Amino acid sequence: MTEAGALRTSLRTAAILAVFTLVFTLLMASTYRATKPSIEASAEAEKMKLVNEVLPPDLYDNAPLGDWVAIPPNRELGYGAKDGPQRVLRARKGDAPAALVLEAVAPDGYAGKIHLILGVDAGNRLLGVRVVKHAETPGLGDYIDPKKDRNKASPWIRQFDAKGFDQVAATEWRVKKDGGRFDARAGATISARAVTNAVRRALQYATDNRDRLYAPPAQATLQGGDPS
Amino acid sequence: MSAFGEIARNGIWKQNTSLVQLLGLCPLLAVSTSFVNGVSLAIATIFVMALASGVVASVRNLIPHEIRIPIFILIIASLVTMVDLAMNAWLHELYLVLGIFIPLIVVNCIVLARVEAFAAKNAPLAAAWDGAMMGVGMVVAIAVLGAVRELVGTGALFGGIDMIIPGSHPLQVLPQDYPGFLVAILPPGAFIVLGLLIASRNWLDARSLARPPRQARMAPAQA
Repeated sequence: MTEAGALRTSLRTAAILAVFTLVFTLLMASTYRATKPSIEASAEAEKMKLVNEVLPPDLYDNAPLGDWVAIPPNRELGYGAKDGPQRVLRARKGDAPAALVLEAVAPDGYAGKIHLILGVDAGNRLLGVRVVKHAETPGLGDYIDPKKDRNKASPWIRQFDAKGFDQVAATEWRVKKDGGRFDARAGATISARAVTNAVRRALQYATDNRDRLYAPPAQATLQGGDPS
Repeated sequence: MSAFGEIARNGIWKQNTSLVQLLGLCPLLAVSTSFVNGVSLAIATIFVMALASGVVASVRNLIPHEIRIPIFILIIASLVTMVDLAMNAWLHELYLVLGIFIPLIVVNCIVLARVEAFAAKNAPLAAAWDGAMMGVGMVVAIAVLGAVRELVGTGALFGGIDMIIPGSHPLQVLPQDYPGFLVAILPPGAFIVLGLLIASRNWLDARSLARPPRQARMAPAQA
């Protein structure tokens, strides 16, 4: 083959590759545009479903997903400076504070971080706790997630429901193995200990900062005041 | 039609991706901790493989031989992205179950292997059928693998089925106080069970080869 022929072949091949790339990129782009609205709607519904798990719907009459306050990354909730600000959702009934929904991280799970979402009512008691994301050992430590808990009648994580520091003192808010009041499954204490301690720290934060969290207008950012 | 039958036999038994070709083991081993997980991944794989093979086969005459691999990868990756987006938007319930597995399929070399070995040389319908049957072979392998691991590991079957069929319950096979055998669920268990599965498939194959042909077997029965 002559040099000019080789050049022509390469150009032709390159052009074909470029056309394929263009066509499939266009296809992907139009799929993205066509699906975007319904994906966003389902992401919102998804988040609301998670929030609903820790926040009984009859407790509030506002739209908590819109009524949030941003807080700086906070060590009590398990966040470091790298994580950026976190949102705390506020539920209200007739403008009176009803509940806070906050996310927290247990940094010391058996397999890394355990992400939690908590609902705390106006009287500083827990409405519920759910595990959002974790990597605990399947079949061993993953009972912290009620979907994986084999005891469907009373999943482990439900023992936090309706608990506050007025019933279980902060010093006793530990797993039984550490001298506290909360159960853990034999052989898989680490996951339960991580969650229990993270819930205690988050509840402590919500209790200490209750008024500061409810007061600011929607979508404001809470400044400073955090020792960490 | 017998060509299609042959393709099916190839995909499910003779060239089973998981047990004979040993392709795509990474998702296979990672996801086969339970029956429901494994079968969900395999069903998503069937779908993507049939689609990718069909599309590649219908444009196969436009693809220059030298750059076929980049184009195959481009087609597979775009199709998976589009399926992922479309399922997320319009089949959201199903997406919640299968969603995490779909991106895994892009890196599954079975898809590329079948596109290269079959779809690039055959008509679209046969290619799509081949892709689907390779996926069915994976369903069979992963269903057994997942069921054995789940049964030995937890004593139950079909854990997580309530995510797919709401209101249904896992099946407790072994007694409720079965302590569980964790190794089966952890990665080493995947390798051990997969090894046993490959061995039993080879054993079945060897036995049917050693057996006399069908007519010879019929004769003594009549006597």
